[in-house]
Amino acid sequence: MPGDLRHPWPAASWETLGFWEGCGRGELVLQRCRDCGAVQHPPRGVCGQCLGAGISHFVASGRGRVHTFTVTWQNQIEPFRSACPYVLAWVEIDEGPRILTNIVGCDPGRVRIGMPVEVDFARPEGQGEEDLAVPRFRPR
Amino acid sequence: MSLSGKVAIVGVHEHETRRAPDKGEKQIMAECARAALADCGLSKSDVDGLFAASMSLGIMGVVEVAEYLDLEPRYLDGTNIGGSSFVAHVSHAAAAIEAGLCEVALILYGSTAASKAMAIGTGMGGGSRDPGRAFVAPFGLTTVGSYALVAKLHMERYGTRPEELAEIAVATRSHAALNPHALLRDPITVEDVLASRIISDPLHLLDCCIITDGGGAVVLTSTERARDLARPPVRVLGCGEAVRHQGSGRPDLLDIAARQSGEQALGMAGVSHREIDFCTIYDSFTITVLLTLEALGFCKPGEGGAFVSGGRIALGGELPVNPDGGGLSSNHPGMRGIFLVIEAVRQLRGECGPRQVEGAEVGLVHGTGGSLGLLHSGATLVLGRD
Repeated sequence: MPGDLRHPWPAASWETLGFWEGCGRGELVLQRCRDCGAVQHPPRGVCGQCLGAGISHFVASGRGRVHTFTVTWQNQIEPFRSACPYVLAWVEIDEGPRILTNIVGCDPGRVRIGMPVEVDFARPEGQGEEDLAVPRFRPR
Repeated sequence: MSLSGKVAIVGVHEHETRRAPDKGEKQIMAECARAALADCGLSKSDVDGLFAASMSLGIMGVVEVAEYLDLEPRYLDGTNIGGSSFVAHVSHAAAAIEAGLCEVALILYGSTAASKAMAIGTGMGGGSRDPGRAFVAPFGLTTVGSYALVAKLHMERYGTRPEELAEIAVATRSHAALNPHALLRDPITVEDVLASRIISDPLHLLDCCIITDGGGAVVLTSTERARDLARPPVRVLGCGEAVRHQGSGRPDLLDIAARQSGEQALGMAGVSHREIDFCTIYDSFTITVLLTLEALGFCKPGEGGAFVSGGRIALGGELPVNPDGGGLSSNHPGMRGIFLVIEAVRQLRGECGPRQVEGAEVGLVHGTGGSLGLLHSGATLVLGRD
């Protein structure tokens, strides 16, 4: 079952730690530029639209829709090798940006483009000092 | 003032090997350099511009290649934008030659991807120490997976069918059957493609390129000097480069770099689509070819499936694509762009024997580097007989 999907520890930098720590608290944290209002993902140290330094963070709804997906039957690297078939997807979250993620909690054959989904956090494997989690999505 | 037509490709060589466990990458590059220089009748001492890229060349890569060849060029370019790098090297070389920064440019590629058992397509997705990769690595994204996400979206938006993608693999294999050096030469059918196992839905094994060793070399000089050399010059009529990425997080995943680079290259060449006799297009996957043909404007977005069906991109069809058998059947050592240039040149010289596109005068080359739907580069050339 897709529930078996395990995730390697995500490498974080000071630019991206806010996102991963948010996931650790059960929150999907996105960035918004204080200067031009642009919402962006993945996070970075400046606004990609206006190059302004006034980056703020906010907690997004964690809800969105499957923009596109693929059922992956071959990956030669663990832990994904033994998780095949698993679902990779771009999920468009209600606040705008898309997140590359996995769809879990349903049979891969039931996933459809446009399917409403909500975030579901999982503890990654390996170790780091921070309290991080990885965002997957499940049908809502 | 236009660059169009000022510079020509005069020497090419594609390494015949598809598996070379006994060779190093720079050795393959050097063997290709020797053959491409012999092809045009120039010698090593004529080379004053050096261009190189490979999967393993790092920060001093092109300098190390210069050392290996014992060359001291006055112009260096180690641009590495993935598999399209060598297509971009051609336009960079044309600009450098036209600007007087070098006279004879040598572009090199070598790879032992197959011998090193590199899992190029399905080996990504493990842990990574790179914070930028952290937004894909924990989810098991593979190269095939990224293209599969795009293919699925195209099918949803336009009703494109797996049978139509399979047509691309079938036409390409029919070309490989005519190429004695191609790795896979046995004919296949649409049914064979659909019956091959799914790698990442909707892409089957036979929708994916092969993995081989290999290498190539390309030599350029001014069109004026080219006319005194051994082979008919093939002029660089137009060129363009572009990138597509996630930007702030919401790009159109079906809008690929070829739309921008192709428009510039065709505009510079002053050539219409009808004047293009054939294409060499990076075929990492069948969907790559379909999307590229649409983005280059050979058909409208969404019409790619019909465009590639019924043998229209096979030899003898309306627009033959990848007459050498492409990366799907001939060779794919990880960064295939140099072979797109080499095959286009050989077609325009009329030296391709049974796989010759009859009366080929103008060809279009498009290389893709990276992954469509994630982060990729595109480089387009329009090449023409002198």
